Amino acid sequence: MDKNTITKLTLIQTIKALENKKFSEEELNKAYLERAAKINPKLNAIIISKKNYCGIPAAIKDVISTKGIRTTAGSKILSNFIPPYNATVVNKLIDQGVSIIGKTNCDEFAMGGSGENSSFGSTKNPWNLNKVPGGSSSGSAAAVAADLCVFALGSDTGGSIRQPASLCSVVGLKPTYGRVSRYGLIPMASSLDSIGPMTKSVEDAALVLGWISGSDSYDANCSSADFLLQPCKLQTGIKGLKVGIPKEYFEKGLDPKVKSVIKEAIQKLEELGAEIIEISLPHSKYALAIYYIIVSSEISSNMARYDGIRYGLSRQDLGQEVKRRIMLGTFALSSGYWDDYYAQAAKARTLIKQDFDKAFKQVDVIAGPVSPTTAWNLGEKIDDPLKMYLSDIYTISANLAGIPGLSVPCGFSENLPVGLQILGKQWDEETILRVGYAYEQSTNWHREKPKI
Amino acid sequence: MKLTKDQIKHVAKLANLPLSLKEENKYFDQLSKILGYVEQLSQINTLEVEPTFNTSGQSNVMREDKITTSLSQEEALFNAPQKKYSRSACFDSVKRAGEVGMFATKGAFEEKT
Repeated sequence: MDKNTITKLTLIQTIKALENKKFSEEELNKAYLERAAKINPKLNAIIISKKNYCGIPAAIKDVISTKGIRTTAGSKILSNFIPPYNATVVNKLIDQGVSIIGKTNCDEFAMGGSGENSSFGSTKNPWNLNKVPGGSSSGSAAAVAADLCVFALGSDTGGSIRQPASLCSVVGLKPTYGRVSRYGLIPMASSLDSIGPMTKSVEDAALVLGWISGSDSYDANCSSADFLLQPCKLQTGIKGLKVGIPKEYFEKGLDPKVKSVIKEAIQKLEELGAEIIEISLPHSKYALAIYYIIVSSEISSNMARYDGIRYGLSRQDLGQEVKRRIMLGTFALSSGYWDDYYAQAAKARTLIKQDFDKAFKQVDVIAGPVSPTTAWNLGEKIDDPLKMYLSDIYTISANLAGIPGLSVPCGFSENLPVGLQILGKQWDEETILRVGYAYEQSTNWHREKPKI
Repeated sequence: MKLTKDQIKHVAKLANLPLSLKEENKYFDQLSKILGYVEQLSQINTLEVEPTFNTSGQSNVMREDKITTSLSQEEALFNAPQKKYSRSACFDSVKRAGEVGMFATKGAFEEKT
């Protein structure tokens, strides 16, 4: 098989090809290494690369610790940090025969929605090098989209897997909070952080989730239930399944061109036999305010532990967005303001969760846009944090409620990718993957590749 | 809510975050704007609503109290920007044979002279 064909294969196809001896692991690794050497300089997706000649080459977001491989979290202060241990997810992947081809670029400490907050330069969108790839798992999304790895891991605190997946036309799965161990993940906001797969197909995402989920005595929040999805279950179709469309996700703020792409995708679900039901998530309009108080408060608490004594440079060298969030969080938790900000946001979070609980009594999954727009120009929102935060408006609620969400490629608007978001009940990744799979198999969007 | 410059200084001190004057001014503007946006939280009726701090539903998760291997002193110190070594009572940054060292940090107390 020629090299360009090898790197286009999905994870499942790669495993099958290896089993059938279509190529060797060495040929597989060489094909990806050659492609990455050629394409990565244009994208800046992989910031630390590693040569292997065996294993299935995967890229790991650089907020996930890898023993003996530099792990920077996209931050200057950790530019020389070499973890003495692997994150649990990395050990689980190694057990499955995966090798690490590179650590991927991201916004500093995963704080950002465009990839531009990295101390190591922005990642470029493979579909248009003048556009952002989304963030914060910017390098992972770009690397999968440009076939620099078979699959990648990302982390999602407010949309950081789903939003770049949408902007780069790959599959991104944010699992239920607690499904995957966070041990070894450099923390951002501990009640929201989830690690998940970014892949070339929905089936791949299901497989990788199966690999990385399951109990871990190093993360007390992690569920002991392994996620295992048989391919036959994935393929059962969606006839009669109830898909909720939240009216709040289609109001002003959503780009009309993105809206029409999403509406078409929903129509496709209906053609596949799903029942489309309009629902309401009435507290959606408050989600962003709630999220930014909770996320910043947890960031200020986590980052307070950073002392520059055991590793890294001093706090003074943190980037602007990280400092901004530490300041906002410290303020929200400070004496005299705690009740009005943090406590109020934590109570309002309950209302967001109850919105979903009520909706899921009526429907099996919820579908809508991932991002209100397609990829924007590099530099466009960098000086306006509030504008940047608004690009997460449809993804943050899932993190507040702890539920799983999937982004599936569903078309293009002016040559830039659009992703369909499918949200599910807590612990029910199976149903959202089923919907994603049915949609993917009846469309060709996932076969489109950027020309770089 | 209107922030004051003094509040920015106070918060930076609480956060142990040394800010330049330029940063102080920038954050004064940006945080005022963000706080203006989150003001809407006060419109939400949360009387009789319990707060949510964790969605995993787990509580009192225990594991067996078993000793497992941990990082060696060398591994733990590997990334330290500054290390100190001591054979006797005086600490210095010169490593002697067989010494692993320890983390060096600014003293919490200073001796009065």
